[in-house]
Amino acid sequence: MSENLESVIRTICEGFNNDRTRMMDIVREVQETFGCVSDDAMDLIAAQVQTHRVEVESVVTFYAFLSKQQNGNVVIRLCDDIIDRMFGYERIRQTFTEALGIDVGESTEDGRYSLETTPCIGMCDQAPALMVNDEIFTEVSRDTVTEIVEQLKDGVAPERLRRRLGDGNNSSPLVGAAVANNIRKEGDVIFAPLTCGRALKKAISMSPNEVIRDVKTARLRGRGGAGFPTGMKWDFTRGAKGEKKFVICNADEGEPGTFKDRVILTERPELLIEGMVIAGYAIGAQEGIIYLRGEYAYLRPFLEDRLQNARNIGMLGEKVFDKEGFSFDIRIQMGAGAYVCGEETALISSCEGLRGDPKNRPPFPAQKGYLGFPTSVNNVETFCCVARILDQGAGWFSQIGSKGSTGTKLLSISGDCRRPGVYEVPFGITMNEVLEMAGGNGAAAVQVGGPSGSLIGPDDFGRTICYDDLATGGALMIFGANRNVLEVAAYFMDFFIEESCGYCTPCRVGNVLIKERLEKIMEGKGEPSDLTYLEELGAVVKSTSRCGLGQTSPNPVLSTLKNFRSAYDALVKEDQPFQPTFDIQKALGEAKTIAGRPSMHFAE
Amino acid sequence: MSENTITFEIDGVEVQGTAGQTIMQAADAAGIYIPRLCAFDGLLPYGSCRVCTVKVNGRFQSACTQPIAADIIVENDTEELLEFRRNLVDMLFVEGNHFCMFCEKSGDCELQALAYRLGITAPKYPYMFPDDRNVDASHPAVFIDHNRCILCARCVRASRDLDGKNVFQFVGRGPEKRISINARARLVDTDLDATDKAIDVCPVGAILRKHVGYSTPVGKRKYDHAPIGADIEANKH
Repeated sequence: MSENLESVIRTICEGFNNDRTRMMDIVREVQETFGCVSDDAMDLIAAQVQTHRVEVESVVTFYAFLSKQQNGNVVIRLCDDIIDRMFGYERIRQTFTEALGIDVGESTEDGRYSLETTPCIGMCDQAPALMVNDEIFTEVSRDTVTEIVEQLKDGVAPERLRRRLGDGNNSSPLVGAAVANNIRKEGDVIFAPLTCGRALKKAISMSPNEVIRDVKTARLRGRGGAGFPTGMKWDFTRGAKGEKKFVICNADEGEPGTFKDRVILTERPELLIEGMVIAGYAIGAQEGIIYLRGEYAYLRPFLEDRLQNARNIGMLGEKVFDKEGFSFDIRIQMGAGAYVCGEETALISSCEGLRGDPKNRPPFPAQKGYLGFPTSVNNVETFCCVARILDQGAGWFSQIGSKGSTGTKLLSISGDCRRPGVYEVPFGITMNEVLEMAGGNGAAAVQVGGPSGSLIGPDDFGRTICYDDLATGGALMIFGANRNVLEVAAYFMDFFIEESCGYCTPCRVGNVLIKERLEKIMEGKGEPSDLTYLEELGAVVKSTSRCGLGQTSPNPVLSTLKNFRSAYDALVKEDQPFQPTFDIQKALGEAKTIAGRPSMHFAE
Repeated sequence: MSENTITFEIDGVEVQGTAGQTIMQAADAAGIYIPRLCAFDGLLPYGSCRVCTVKVNGRFQSACTQPIAADIIVENDTEELLEFRRNLVDMLFVEGNHFCMFCEKSGDCELQALAYRLGITAPKYPYMFPDDRNVDASHPAVFIDHNRCILCARCVRASRDLDGKNVFQFVGRGPEKRISINARARLVDTDLDATDKAIDVCPVGAILRKHVGYSTPVGKRKYDHAPIGADIEANKH
């Protein structure tokens, strides 16, 4: 065990007061420093923060960006979500493989490079995309890959790689990212001009209950997709007994096809911060946390700067805007690659330095959340809506949108359309209008709400986007007539298998079984009874799973079975009295090679 | 009747419990058996196997974690729920490598007993035959066979809450999730003692004591006499 390792780990742990609830920060920093969290490192961390080694291992093996095995100094992560696959992922992978001599999942012998894949990194509107350590590259071509590899081999550090900077704050020195905002339509709530601090000043001139009343009057519902009334959530949290209370911003947008929070964080961080402080005032919290997904680490220095700026002008810190008795500050908690952490109780587990397992409910976070204290977890966009509601008035807000769904919604649009990007639209807009706007005419299918949502066809394009019809966190993936909807469903099932936390039986096992049967059908070996089998299996997983991930994970298959039945019918053959579920010749392959002859019993 | 008494209904039968109880606790006391695997008397509710899924006012909930409330309508012994439970037990069978005929736990195994009670004769799902599940026989008194583990976390909870240790914990996620131990590789390097309660809470043959495998012959074991849940149903007044 090297002395260096020991002293560095001691320093890292001390940097977080040897507090084991800051385990995520500790192991992230160890991973960044050494390229892994080795057996030795886990022993040292456990000793330093006085926990058990297996507790550290439990965290390290949960998150995709942490590893026990040594990674290369430079980790290249190719985004392999369905949109990236449609727009050239395979080409990019091949080019890297040729240039580095390693395949996905491998590291070069000199320990300099690792090549990995990762699900959606929030860049679907500029696919294909990849990460080199924390640096993002989008609309990547073979030439970009060659250029990246040449520079890396010349010793250029990832953060110094040449890139074409994006628009807006993407080109500010603190972000410096080759990411485009692609804001295609600005609405009145999120992207309208902002007078910083006005909404908060108004809020603190009112009583906390009056602030909550305004949010209720505006009929604001959560923008993450579930649509729980925000005012009610705050009421519960305010009313719950607790020495301390917490506000958490869910900036873990991991639903494939969603990237609108990335644009808010880049262009409207002030609106978000203001919304969080208002929430803190309303529920009686002193501390806020922004849980930022690991893939957005490149935004962290910029967001830290904006938080500091808010402190400088008195919006954060002791006595916010000189308000007696109200202090509030915000810290950023980095994630480390786990989709399930977008589930609010899993997100809280992660903030507490644990595996991202969802918690049992009840108790709900409003009663017992972060570290056991009453906590309100809200989406990035929701906080922004709150700030605007306080600024412009609840009546103004509730007149935008439709009756049950007030305000605007940010849509993340990607796939087969001419104008992918972020659109701020009033609720109540039809899918046809959306497709027209994005240049996605001729779409054969649209995935509404990411993999956990549903895939709809042209018969449903007259439906409206709102909580009572097509409810969505905002992800719309458009597929043209040349795309195979079963491949889309199969990819999404792989995604859920990879991202399930594994806590409960139906999600851990059921999704693997669904994928197995879907593959059988796609190989042309299916029969009509397999479709019933899938429907029944899907119902078990949906009904008995413990959290929202498992309760929605069969949707890709169930919604395609419902809306694209003909794609399945075309593949399944009549029920046979006997249908092999495996290829006997393939299974005998090794034996035939050893025997040097074909099978006597199973003729080819 | 104290003011803490809560009255509700399970399958049309009026049941009384006390505030703070879970549906499972109140049902147990009333002699109504709700099938379960991860739940265990004396351990904190965990809610992972989902076998105890019931319907509460029409919504699916795990009976081991859901508190009782006045006038709730609970469905337990319905064909819909029984079928879900068969499927969940099935999933646990095909996920691991469970060879009942060679297993020391046969007859005392809750997974096996539950399958019998639910009327499962053979799994309907395809076997996964995982080949990465090892056996750790390093400890003088105990061995772990990961082939038979159903990830119920009873050992995790018992070691932490009853033994005051942390011998067991989960690592990995999704289908790769496994029980691990508080040592680099071998159980013998942990502080597990032969007297630890964590050893005896395992519902299946994943954590077994050495040297006592067949001291009770097959045919005279717990579930050879009465089906699982019969002890709870004996509480019925």
